[in-house]
Amino acid sequence: MSTATTAIKPVMPARHYLNDNYGIRSWLLTKDHKRIAVLYLVSITFFFFMGGLFAALIRLELLTPAGDLFTSDTYNKLFSMHGINMVFFFLVPSIPATLGNFVLPIMLGAKDLAFPKINLLSWYIYIFAGFFSLAVMVSGGVDTGWTFYTPLSSGFLRTHVALMAVGIIFAGFSSIFTGLNFIVTVHRMRAPGLTWGRLPLFVWSNYATSLIMVLATPVLAITLILLAMERTFHIGVFDPRYGGDPVLFQHMFWFYSHPAVYIMILPGMGVISELVTCFSRKRVFGYSFVAFSSIAIAVFGFLVWAHHMFVAGISQYSAMVFSLLSMAVAIPSAVKIFNWTATMYKGSISLDTPMLYALGFMGLFTIGGLTGVMLAALGMDVHIHDTYFVIAHFHYVMVGGMVSAYLGGLHFWWPKITGRMYPEAPAKLAAIITFIGFNLTFFPQFILGYLGMPRRYHAYPPEFQVLNVLSSAGASVLAVAFLMPAIYFLWSLKYGPIAGDNPWKATGLEWETSSPPPTHNFHEVPVVTTDPYHYGSDQEVTVVH
Amino acid sequence: MHFNLPLFPEQASTLAGQVDAFYLFLVLITTFFSLLIALLILFFIIKYRRRPDQEAEQIHGSTLLEIVWTVIPLGITLCIFVWGAVLYYKIENPPTNALEIYGVGKQWMWKFQHPGGQREINTLHVPTGRPVKVTLISQDVIHDFFVPAFRVKQDVLPNRYVYSWFEATTPGSYHLFCSQYCGTNHSAMVGQVIAMKPEDYTEWLASGKAEGSLSSMGEKLFQEFGCTTCHRPDSGARGPNLQGLYGRPVRLTDNRVVVADDNYIRESILNPNAKIVQGFQPIMPTFQGVVSEEGLIQITEYIKHMGLQESEPINNRTTPTQLRDNEVPMIQQELQQGGQPAPSGKKP
Amino acid sequence: MSTSQTTTTDHHPALVHQFDSMEQQKAASTFGMWVFLLTEIMMFGGLFAAYLIYRIKYYPAFVAGSTSISVSWGFANTLVLIASSLTMAMAVWAAQKGKRSYQIWFILGTMILGSVFLGIKAKEYYDKWDECHVPGHVIGKGFNAWGGCSVQNPGLGNIADEIQKHAHDSGTIVPEASAIQTAKQTEIFFSFYFLMTGLHAFHMIIGMGLMTWLLLRARRGEFGPAYYTPVELGGLYWHFVDIVWIYLFPLLYLISRHKGAA
Repeated sequence: MSTATTAIKPVMPARHYLNDNYGIRSWLLTKDHKRIAVLYLVSITFFFFMGGLFAALIRLELLTPAGDLFTSDTYNKLFSMHGINMVFFFLVPSIPATLGNFVLPIMLGAKDLAFPKINLLSWYIYIFAGFFSLAVMVSGGVDTGWTFYTPLSSGFLRTHVALMAVGIIFAGFSSIFTGLNFIVTVHRMRAPGLTWGRLPLFVWSNYATSLIMVLATPVLAITLILLAMERTFHIGVFDPRYGGDPVLFQHMFWFYSHPAVYIMILPGMGVISELVTCFSRKRVFGYSFVAFSSIAIAVFGFLVWAHHMFVAGISQYSAMVFSLLSMAVAIPSAVKIFNWTATMYKGSISLDTPMLYALGFMGLFTIGGLTGVMLAALGMDVHIHDTYFVIAHFHYVMVGGMVSAYLGGLHFWWPKITGRMYPEAPAKLAAIITFIGFNLTFFPQFILGYLGMPRRYHAYPPEFQVLNVLSSAGASVLAVAFLMPAIYFLWSLKYGPIAGDNPWKATGLEWETSSPPPTHNFHEVPVVTTDPYHYGSDQEVTVVH
Repeated sequence: MHFNLPLFPEQASTLAGQVDAFYLFLVLITTFFSLLIALLILFFIIKYRRRPDQEAEQIHGSTLLEIVWTVIPLGITLCIFVWGAVLYYKIENPPTNALEIYGVGKQWMWKFQHPGGQREINTLHVPTGRPVKVTLISQDVIHDFFVPAFRVKQDVLPNRYVYSWFEATTPGSYHLFCSQYCGTNHSAMVGQVIAMKPEDYTEWLASGKAEGSLSSMGEKLFQEFGCTTCHRPDSGARGPNLQGLYGRPVRLTDNRVVVADDNYIRESILNPNAKIVQGFQPIMPTFQGVVSEEGLIQITEYIKHMGLQESEPINNRTTPTQLRDNEVPMIQQELQQGGQPAPSGKKP
Repeated sequence: MSTSQTTTTDHHPALVHQFDSMEQQKAASTFGMWVFLLTEIMMFGGLFAAYLIYRIKYYPAFVAGSTSISVSWGFANTLVLIASSLTMAMAVWAAQKGKRSYQIWFILGTMILGSVFLGIKAKEYYDKWDECHVPGHVIGKGFNAWGGCSVQNPGLGNIADEIQKHAHDSGTIVPEASAIQTAKQTEIFFSFYFLMTGLHAFHMIIGMGLMTWLLLRARRGEFGPAYYTPVELGGLYWHFVDIVWIYLFPLLYLISRHKGAA
């Protein structure tokens, strides 16, 4: 098949999921996971740019030490809505609901996810939650920060906190449904011959993500229900004035929200495994270690939540236990990085756009991860907790890591989703600008944080200005880098060259069907006979023990 | 360990150098591994760039290597953990001889009280060369006491005392930030910590206007609220005698033994039913909403001083209720062996 | 083996396109339900954990609050739910065997028992309303603001009286001020009581909706030995909601109660 594509100019398949039928109804009532993925793609892109807009305004305000552009209330709303938008409406659904939704069933050789109606429902809930929160934002917004710490949120602020909580609870249900669908699909709908040991690593990481979604999200739901109840009826669960304990809120919130950061990063790691192997034309180094490290991260992720609370007034001994457990999370992450690097060894590496993003991910995630270790180290955390150091750390993981992986994956599967290639030159340029802009934005924040600039500050002492200006300058570069793909992806929908079934000559079931795939993914049920990433011929494989 | 580096905040406490040394170590590790990965990637993309005549060599993996890069990071993170934990233990536990200062956080200011009764707002004067323990509480939401130059930070909670300590080394004026988001003017909840030479500090204290020391103000409140009616050092008293109480273990009606520290005293004033001393009835009304946070601090300080004046528990009513330190292990043993199940009493 | 072959090939009308066989469909649906129930467990688990933490913190208030709710109605409701689990299990059996009228009757029976449960729950809620034990608004002033409770606040008073009476019976004296203070703290107990039973009742109402849907499908005769997954899953859900009650009942009604209180 692949030789044919190089010899003959590739053509679009006659029938595929995009032209199976037309009209708004065929999209809004679709049960096809691929179309739902596209719906998700459009909607999360919208929320990404919303969140980005808030970020831009934040950086604009921070150009000068005085809080002169917005009032402090407006500024507080801006960073709250930036966080809420990006975390609940972009990062959590980003890779699973778009790329995962699109390729996971195809990778498994399934015709669809196990519960297509629930999949569509999940999108509707997401859209409802999204626009509900948007309405809340338009009608005054919230200024709680995305963390909703009590008693500030439950008893002091006069914004629409309870309504926003409702919006987030709904968004949570949408991700529970996605997770549930993935788990069942992976367990029950694998193609003949596709054993657990042959699953692509993208599937493994989405499976681990789904476990967290299903087990952690309901705790967030109940926490926010309690918060909303307390706010509405003053029932006294978290507010000390009514006899509650505000630190309990933090425990319950981070019990979800710490695993949630793994919801955000694990799928990105899955994408990187696909990209590094494909563009090095190599089998992945240490398949089972990479696969199980995803599960290990998901499991450890549940045991480390209180490392957000070392200075919050928890007992010193529990702080030590949580610090030790947090160190444990670093190990599977390190294992992944080393295995990806080893995968490139003796490869045949080509630097296409997706690979550029993957390499960016590896570098930035390494820094993000190691600074995470710094934050988990007790004596260090006391000084850098709640400063810009934390901001820099999680943006290295979330933007440098997750957004890089998302963009890498989007470029990688774009030909599969649309049947057309994006233009390579501007895409490479955008990848490089992203990397530069990102570092310029967030590296100075590490220094700012160590110097002592607290987070969520509307105005700051003048000695921090130089670094803040650097950061804001970087943010404008980053904004350009993020706008570029939006433009050339749209352009490629009409003018991009026809991609063919397997433009990257990659392995994996998704590359064995046409681009775009037919509605039921395969014309006949595929049978899997090889391990994933069977690059090269079988005779060549060196087994080192 | 004192060193000043660019891109580091000033080092103005005994802890600062230690924190910075740990930070340098962590930065070195981070840089080493980041560079290692970055250089390997650079080397590989050049050395193994795609060439038409060269195929990739397939390697499955290596258990030995996997073990190596699991064990080495594990070892390093364990070292980091131990170093961090030791440092944390130092940062979190004030020395016993520390000068005690009280701070109250409220939206959006810091109020401090010195033991001599001097008060200040958004400024905190401290002497150098002497450990200072700041007892903190919030009147409303969670705040955070953060002095970058001292490398100390502590969330300030409503309804509960927390502590932060430092020993300033260099006289000067340093930033005090609230670093837990606390609403509209969060970024305006800033102030200064002014470290002074001890003699300057004494002079400053003398120049300050004070209505009297904290404990004398506490005594006034103690009289005003009629506490003395019940809390008397005689056998007919309806409430426990408070002399010599501070810092001592107290046995409760449910047989739990708790230590009478600041939080216990505060709780006993605001929610007297929570912990009833054995041998007494739950008859004390609550003073919730009657005493301010500052007032509570003053009363606590007064109760502390009652202990200082009379080091011996004196009346017979103290015997069943207040225990001497050397009795505690025996009681705990008795509780463990005895059939009476004591609820796991951990003071919140 | 041969039977599974036939079901695979003759395309049961209920087989949806993404599955290859009825077996796969059933396995996937059942597994999905279990995963969903895991989510539910975590949700109730968070609430249970918070309840237990506050029970330690405000033990006397939890005792007083727990004593004020009616253990007999709670016990009656437990029996009703256990009975409904039986009828539900019978409905699944009837579906398995393809007995249409049994299916209808057992599902109806489950629904009736479910309604009885909700009815009793509503009565208990009404009693709490009547006694001014609905939490909310300003705790410092006691239970407030609902109906006619705001002025004299009898809810607070009757709990305080109960505390004093009980203390008197067991030979100690609790003064009024102290009893009222504990009574105020029962508001946290009642918050959890209403939240936990409310969330449970909400699940019951969803369960009733599911039962209605199953009833309609059963009437159309859709279930038989080859296809009864929806009834089975509805049953799983129903049993789960019952089990939650089996935990709620002792937690709220029994373990904190005064010995010998009605």
